[in-house]
Amino acid sequence: MKGSRFPHARIAVTTLTLALSKGRIFEETLPLLAAAGIVPVEDPESSRKLIIGTNRPGVSVVIVRASDVPTYVQYGAADVGVAGKDVLLEHGSEGLYQPLDLEIGKCRMAVATRRGYDWAGTVQRGARIRVATKYVRTAREHFAAKGMHVDLIKLYGSMELAPLAGLADVIVDLVSTGNTLKANDLVAVEDIMPISSRLIVNPAALKLKRAEVQPLLEAIARAVEGRRKAVQ
Amino acid sequence: MRNWILPEHIDDVLPAEAERVEALRRLLLDHFRARGYRLVQPPLVEHLDSLLTGTGRDLDLQTFKVLDPLSGRLLGVRADITPQVARIDAHLLNEPGLTRLCYAGSVLRTVPTGLAQTREVLQIGAELYGEPGIAGDREVLTLLLSSLAAAGVRGLHLDLGHVGVYRALAAGSGVTANGEDTELFAALSAKDLPTVTQLTARLPAAWRDALAALPTLYGPAAEVLDRARERLPDTPPIRNALAALAAMVDTGGPLVDALHIDLADLTGYHYQNGVIFSVFTAGESNAIGNGGRYDGIGKAFGRARPATGFTLDLRQLAGVVMRAPPAPPHT
Repeated sequence: MKGSRFPHARIAVTTLTLALSKGRIFEETLPLLAAAGIVPVEDPESSRKLIIGTNRPGVSVVIVRASDVPTYVQYGAADVGVAGKDVLLEHGSEGLYQPLDLEIGKCRMAVATRRGYDWAGTVQRGARIRVATKYVRTAREHFAAKGMHVDLIKLYGSMELAPLAGLADVIVDLVSTGNTLKANDLVAVEDIMPISSRLIVNPAALKLKRAEVQPLLEAIARAVEGRRKAVQ
Repeated sequence: MRNWILPEHIDDVLPAEAERVEALRRLLLDHFRARGYRLVQPPLVEHLDSLLTGTGRDLDLQTFKVLDPLSGRLLGVRADITPQVARIDAHLLNEPGLTRLCYAGSVLRTVPTGLAQTREVLQIGAELYGEPGIAGDREVLTLLLSSLAAAGVRGLHLDLGHVGVYRALAAGSGVTANGEDTELFAALSAKDLPTVTQLTARLPAAWRDALAALPTLYGPAAEVLDRARERLPDTPPIRNALAALAAMVDTGGPLVDALHIDLADLTGYHYQNGVIFSVFTAGESNAIGNGGRYDGIGKAFGRARPATGFTLDLRQLAGVVMRAPPAPPHT
């Protein structure tokens, strides 16, 4: 679209780029996009393409890692994205609008320990503990707010292993059904916050591409509202 | 690591770019001078307390600090020139009536900002002191727009805001007194409606609804003003703020493609207090110009004065000008 035939024309063909991550968030976002009249023409699970077209000319979807979605939107490489609150808390929300809770990808951020670990006693003693997590910033802020001293150990996956292997006393991780914790003999001892996915928007895109972005926001907001009513 | 490698987010400006930046600097300073704005050159370092006056904590964390071996006092490398110019107006010039000043120089920030991810920003801007009325806001905004036009930027998108609206809501609802200000402010700036709803849940319905409306009050100027009058409480400060914005909507002229109002845009909230504005252009994911009213910043220097002005990032602007399509032939 870049090399338009009319480079000086004020109304150029405006393109809209959405940043999504594969998997659960993608699946759950599809019905919301469909409500806004946007249907991707390919399935990212079967296609190896990273840029996927849609039924609407000028609207495309870029497939990125969940933790990269805020970065793409912040720098304007994508106009709109869907990112979990967990990712946004780690990334920081500077330079992003996050107008809408999509109420998908729901789970909670929690502190978990081995079964039988004396969590209440540890908190009371104010002992320094080792915390393994992927969510270093969130964990740091949570324990700082509680006035606890912690050593943070950054891990990229399988947090549940850390207390079992003696790497850490507790973990901070997302918990949805609790089955993984259970299978590894861990228990959630403290909730940090509920998590769900947010629609995020590049501030300049909301202003400069208002004609495209605003109807999309409104259609998705209506779809979320409609689904909430259907569930109740 | 080789020792000639520059620190992170600090870079050289090489010949081609340096020439463009310098040409733009001259053009803009000439443009300011022709309109009565006199150049000042404040120092690179100042006593920290003087540098951080009235600007809030944001600038404190953004400011590099060094110990002055002559006096043992803490100095700050400026992270913004505006407070320095306000100090000059208040303390040194001390002129009656209007004072028009402009400046161009480097500022240093501890954390890189914007897409360029640089910590040394080449600021250029103009400030008008002593004009409390809307005439002052109009003069400064007109100067910003004519400067951008002179530089060759077209297709401007102008966003107006007014810090007074949020201040009135926060004070009226008791949020300011509760110290819940910061969180709510952050949520509003991010148009984070779910968090705003959560933070205001216990407020009386009228205030709660007004604060929840704020993140949705953006868009074409006339439409936003209508919706704002409908959804915000009709108190004197809010009425005045909306009237001030209404009086600004014809400032755009032919240079501006779209003139919008965004009442949740609170950039610079900590020291600004009237009409504020940002200018965007297609292809730039950051504003290319920012400004607004910051009455009373000079109070700490012994002279509170009405003040309004704007700042541009010279290197960003030079990039925008370079990428802009050549001007269409005159008809």
